[in-house]
Amino acid sequence: MDGIHDMGGMDGFGPIPIETDEPVFHGEWEGRVYAMNTAIGAWGKWNIDAGRYGIEQMNPALYLASNYYERWLYRTSNMMVEHGLITQDELDGKEKPSGRDSQPLTAAQIFERQSKNRSARVDEEIAPKFKTGDTVLVRNIHPKGHTRVPRYARGRHGTIYRDHGVFIFPDTNALFQGKKPQHIYSVRFTAQELWDPDAPSPDSIYLDLWDDYLVSA
Amino acid sequence: MDDHHDHSHLADTDLRVRALESLLAEKGLVDPAALDEIVDRYENKVGPRNGARVVAKAWTDPEFKKWLLEDATAAIGSLGYVGTQGADLVVLENTADVHNVTVCTLCSCYPWSVLGLPPAWYKSFPYRARLVKEPRPVLEEFGLTLASDVEVRVWDSTAELRYLVLPERPAGTDGMSEDELVDLVTRNSMIGTEKVASPAGDA
Repeated sequence: MDGIHDMGGMDGFGPIPIETDEPVFHGEWEGRVYAMNTAIGAWGKWNIDAGRYGIEQMNPALYLASNYYERWLYRTSNMMVEHGLITQDELDGKEKPSGRDSQPLTAAQIFERQSKNRSARVDEEIAPKFKTGDTVLVRNIHPKGHTRVPRYARGRHGTIYRDHGVFIFPDTNALFQGKKPQHIYSVRFTAQELWDPDAPSPDSIYLDLWDDYLVSA
Repeated sequence: MDDHHDHSHLADTDLRVRALESLLAEKGLVDPAALDEIVDRYENKVGPRNGARVVAKAWTDPEFKKWLLEDATAAIGSLGYVGTQGADLVVLENTADVHNVTVCTLCSCYPWSVLGLPPAWYKSFPYRARLVKEPRPVLEEFGLTLASDVEVRVWDSTAELRYLVLPERPAGTDGMSEDELVDLVTRNSMIGTEKVASPAGDA
């Protein structure tokens, strides 16, 4: 979706907010949100692509007004309701919890599930559509669901720099429509192609893009 | 921070988080003690020290460096740094002619297994919006000015590959051991927003 999360190239946000000696979590609640998200994610009710899509569907004004872990809180709360782990009334405090439905996972179980589920690499022999050095055009597509091809690269020409192998395709996986495994490539774009004929000539931007986003050029 | 927050807004968020944790504990979906352990892992155990060890080893062991640049996942895994957001790693070597720097414009992808959780600025709207379009002015805000003939390569982490920058070994470190070098390597140098300073202070 063409959402507010797709920020690459936007102007007007001001300087980078660099902090010195910043803590890992700014306030205890951030750590609790991080940990709850991790613990709930370990139940395997949704995948990482669906989780990202859950944040992308926030109203843009709310997205911009929320801090990072507030966006996680929003996503995880909503997805727990959507996937039947809790009810909306329980979340809103209008209904007493229905009681203990399950035995919670230990930290060791959570870490183990996390590392096992993590890799998006797919062990399948699938022929790549492109090889290193090929010139490609990024398709000018605007899927309504989740996608990992940023707006700033669509319709632009790049060069295949490296083939990373076969991975899950996030656009279908986020919607629970299958893994549709395919190759991911590092694709190199010159700054001049993406932004401005006057951009510094040696500079370039590399994106990891899937076969379905690319055509020969 | 990304945005403007008044105190009452965050106080309200804090209450909502506490209520949610009570609810999830009561339903048997989370164990508060497990949450404590998860927080502890990222506050105290997994952090940029892991990445600094990888860098110092690459600086002192040419065979390891070669392996790291060819297959970072295996080379880093050999040091025991595995797990979340580290499944597929790629290492980018900075040199006198090429400067690599990483970002995630779409969300906050970051190599947790070697750098821990990302700093707030990495996840901030200005960094996500600006780095791909104007890397040189952004790097100047970090105090790094690059010559016009240095090639800047910006890596936008759009997939499940996680990037770690191998910074240049600074001058004046020839006699130093791997352990001593670890102490010089900063988190930002492994993201690519700064160089590793020489211990003499003249880098």
